Amino acid sequence: MGEGRLMRLERREHRPIGLVVTAPIIAILVALGLSGILIALAGAPVLEAYQRILISAFGSRLAATETLTRTTPLILTGLAVAVAFRARVWNIGAEGQFYVGALAAAALGSQHGLALPGYALVPALMLVGAVAGIVLLLLPLALRLRFGVDEVVTTLLLNFVVLLFVSMMIEGPMKDPLAFGWPQSVPVIGDALLPKLVERSRLHIGLVFAVIAALIVFIVQSRTVFGMEARAAGLNPSAARFAGVPLGATLVKVACWSGGLAGLAGAIEVMGVKGYVTTDLSPGYGYAGIVVAMLANLHPLGVVAAALFAATMFVGSDGMSRALGVPSFIADVTVALSLLTMLVALFFTTYRIRR
Amino acid sequence: MSEALDIFASAGLWGAVLRIATPLIFGTLGALLCERAGVLNLGIEGIMTFGAMIGWLAVFQGGSLWFGLLAAALGGAMFGLLHALMTVPLGLSQHVTGLGITLFASSLSYFVFRLVVPVQGTPPTIEPFQPIDFPILSDLPLLGSTLFNQTAPTYLAILFALLLAYILARTPLGLAIRMTGENPHAAEAQGIDPIKVRIGAVVAGSALMGLGGSFLTLSAFNSFFPTMVQGRGWVAIALVVFASWRPGRALLGAILFALFDAYQLRLQTIIGNAVPYQLFLMIPYVLSIVALVAMARRARVPQALMQPYRRGER
Amino acid sequence: MTSSPVLRLEGITKRFGSFAANDNITVELARGEIVALLGENGAGKTTLMNVLFGHYVPDAGRVLVDGRELPAGRPRAAIDAGVGMVHQHFTLAPNLTVLENVMTGTESLLGWRSRTGPARRKLTALAERFGLTVDLEARVGDLSVGEQQRVEILKALYNDARILILDEPTAVLTQPEAQRLFEILRVMAAEGLSLIFISHKLHEVLAAAARVVVLRAGRVVGERAAKDTSKNELAELMVGRRVSRPVREAGAPGEAMLTAEGITVRVDGVRRLVDCGFTLRAGETLGIMGVSGNGQTTLAHLVSGLVHADEGVLTMFGERRERENPRRLVALGVGRIPEDRNSEGMIGDFALWENAVLERVRQPRFSRFGFVRRDAAKAFCAGVIERFDVRGGTSDTRTRLLSGGNMQKLIFGRNLATTPKILVAAQPTRGLDEGAIAAVHEEILAARRAGTAVLLISEDLDEVLALADRIQAIVNGRLSDPVVTDAIDARRLGLMMAGEWAKAA
Repeated sequence: MGEGRLMRLERREHRPIGLVVTAPIIAILVALGLSGILIALAGAPVLEAYQRILISAFGSRLAATETLTRTTPLILTGLAVAVAFRARVWNIGAEGQFYVGALAAAALGSQHGLALPGYALVPALMLVGAVAGIVLLLLPLALRLRFGVDEVVTTLLLNFVVLLFVSMMIEGPMKDPLAFGWPQSVPVIGDALLPKLVERSRLHIGLVFAVIAALIVFIVQSRTVFGMEARAAGLNPSAARFAGVPLGATLVKVACWSGGLAGLAGAIEVMGVKGYVTTDLSPGYGYAGIVVAMLANLHPLGVVAAALFAATMFVGSDGMSRALGVPSFIADVTVALSLLTMLVALFFTTYRIRR
Repeated sequence: MSEALDIFASAGLWGAVLRIATPLIFGTLGALLCERAGVLNLGIEGIMTFGAMIGWLAVFQGGSLWFGLLAAALGGAMFGLLHALMTVPLGLSQHVTGLGITLFASSLSYFVFRLVVPVQGTPPTIEPFQPIDFPILSDLPLLGSTLFNQTAPTYLAILFALLLAYILARTPLGLAIRMTGENPHAAEAQGIDPIKVRIGAVVAGSALMGLGGSFLTLSAFNSFFPTMVQGRGWVAIALVVFASWRPGRALLGAILFALFDAYQLRLQTIIGNAVPYQLFLMIPYVLSIVALVAMARRARVPQALMQPYRRGER
Repeated sequence: MTSSPVLRLEGITKRFGSFAANDNITVELARGEIVALLGENGAGKTTLMNVLFGHYVPDAGRVLVDGRELPAGRPRAAIDAGVGMVHQHFTLAPNLTVLENVMTGTESLLGWRSRTGPARRKLTALAERFGLTVDLEARVGDLSVGEQQRVEILKALYNDARILILDEPTAVLTQPEAQRLFEILRVMAAEGLSLIFISHKLHEVLAAAARVVVLRAGRVVGERAAKDTSKNELAELMVGRRVSRPVREAGAPGEAMLTAEGITVRVDGVRRLVDCGFTLRAGETLGIMGVSGNGQTTLAHLVSGLVHADEGVLTMFGERRERENPRRLVALGVGRIPEDRNSEGMIGDFALWENAVLERVRQPRFSRFGFVRRDAAKAFCAGVIERFDVRGGTSDTRTRLLSGGNMQKLIFGRNLATTPKILVAAQPTRGLDEGAIAAVHEEILAARRAGTAVLLISEDLDEVLALADRIQAIVNGRLSDPVVTDAIDARRLGLMMAGEWAKAA
């Protein structure tokens, strides 16, 4: 049946566990290999470049803490995207949700904001950031449920709106009158700053919160009724509906988790790293979160590892770039490539090529 | 208030409209072509970025402006081929693949640019396209500055719009593309290969996207800087829906959009500091969302859009 | 028949695994003749036509057009030889016009202009010649089903088909539309085209065809000239002298668990169920019999809680319950076997235990404070696996790995293990092998013995006859009056399924 073709795609009967686990590793290796070509084109020695990336990321105390600091927001945005994608909610607005979370935390954490004792302020601001992220994602979701508008484009467009909004706020009502140079928001008060994990570094306890968040998501997804229903809704909506899973309500809850995690990421970044909001607070954490989520195959614990990989690339490339002159964008290229290679790798866990 | 309305009478406004519309026209046409064949190409933002970069780079390295356009089209086509190979024969998620292509193409653009042009005070510039001077027509009162004082790529965009409209509506190739996007199984039953048609459409559409990006560096501005595409790709995706997947309407939609954009720029100068400029800049994105909602259940979506085609599966 | 036949299917055998869908079938078609291929579901009609059209390669036998053998397995060769097929499920693009649908693929892709003028002329001529009037510029999605079918026929004729195969052409047509179709077929035959149409509707077959070939279980069981036979004879040939001694023992039906009166259900604006009435009694099986596409899916969805009645009264367990959702129904004691176990019944990537409890997971038995009680759920699943002989894995196995039969056993098991008061089973043995079918039948009988009110919706006559106490036929969304199974015979059965309720009474 069918004309003579050189190759046919045949669905595998079951996914070999070995492949599923090693798929991200293969994907990353292939991506690194392809980046190696670019490094060579830049005229730098490839193996040495890889070495320098690792050294710059982990070679010193300062480097390691910096890498871990960068891992924190990536874990949270990666979780945000993973949670959403699992239920087939295409949340590409993590970047925007990050910023509204940051803005909300900064606004309510400044001296004009919430008047709460120290130990209550941090959790309160984390909640505020999460809520801000939730609200931002609920709008596109509502448009999907009510009007059937694909949330991919709406969440993307909102990212740009939010960025402009942030710029407007920190040049206007939330402007820090004492800051010179680039506009920034009023800072949060001291009580709202997260304690450091390691002295004289930028590493703050946000990392711990992020890992705890990953554990919580893992437990919810694998142990709770909601987790089971959300998975069902993502895997097979019509079977889920047959079984009585309320699809609309489930998707709304998923959006709350997703938007909340992304908003939390922004709040924690403000409270942990700089203490105020700027328009370059996020170097694309929301978008990198998509790659992190896919590399982890949407698994919350895998997100932690994938986030670490991405952070390693970003931090490591800075140092490598200074030493070898290869533009540091190589990190973004590698991370983006690993998304594409991961898709192909995942494909081969489900299909095989037959002659 | 009268000043606000006066803007519409100013010659500068309408000339600016076509200029601002050009990248949108290219982008929307490109996305439209992909979607008509049944493939959603979310790589548009990255492809436009790459087109902007490579077109500029080709000229910077000594090529002619037209060579720059060609380079941008080829660059776009390249990423289009990558997207097509992943989503059509392999049937991978069109959403995630497209986003991956956007991230990849954008970051590659910045990487290559930075490689050739090290960081310096002001980025280097090239000599962009100049407005074409038509003998008598350019001097006409309003029409002159609007229609007859544009650069070559703008005319190219309008030409492509008309060409694509014709091809889709009146040629066998256009019919094959449309049928592939509506019911690939029916297309196959009648002797058309949906896989080849989809790949071809995506490659051609991506070439158009690349051209749209290159307008920004070869005509509008004369240098390349990161994030210069500013979400125009996503606006184009929304415009495709707004145009009901028809090239003629895409042309009008892009112009309408550009009108809002050009208008708000001039309105800013009138209103001054009373209203933050960011609110004005938000308008295109908000309008795109509104357009999507307005057309939501009304538009005639190509029925097989986003459904991977697998041979033999009914 | 003086001249050689224009089409000859010779000794066609086609097997799927050990199942012979076609067994040494020989059929001939003369020029200008209309032949009807009659048989119930699973008799092998569609398989035979797929062999003819090149979608399947036969295990034995050959196809001869005008005496020349067709290469097997190549639709293109069939089209080029002048064979055209009008499928039951149309291959049309609703957003395009009639003209566009027909012209697709007929011109070289390099052409600069679609030559719509000559195409229009040819189509108009064909339309006039055969009475297939349809507006060429109309959007196909706006056409009625009958008009869409005319477009499909025009497509075949435009490609110069001389032999036309129509698969269940009246399955989706109203009576007047079906009449029009037969007129068109007569005109085509008179003009020299040769036609085969597949059907299970007796009166149409007699009205439209010159000759009837009856298939049953993959074999030709009879060939008659239409004028020499009757509906009764055909019905008996089609259904066979079934020694379907009811496997069920005598039952004593109890109280009514569910009563439906005057139920009308609209889906997307179309009435799928019209003025339906039925009663489900404890310890009794009510069989709903009919060819797919007559409203069975909607009926199953109604009792499963997926659609609600727009008109009418639905009483369950003594209370009016027109607007229940699936969860509530399950909690009340309704067991549901969905029609499509892959898209509705199971989630392939879930573990068996997850699929076993998903529709009941909110009950205290399987969850507490929002957390799933995994041990209880896995134990439940293990119990089901054992009691219902589900093979292929344990509670933790991924469901996708199970065979269809075992998946179905799990679906039955998860419902029957909770002793439901009502069981609705839609096409429960579709796609299953003999062993699995027997197991499913045993479960249905066991449920009935235990006092469950069973609603069995099925296309399989044997099944309905063996399991149901009473039978109602469903045709075009309407239900016939119930008939006691023991009082029915093959003749009445065929008539009921063909919608001839008055004659069947």
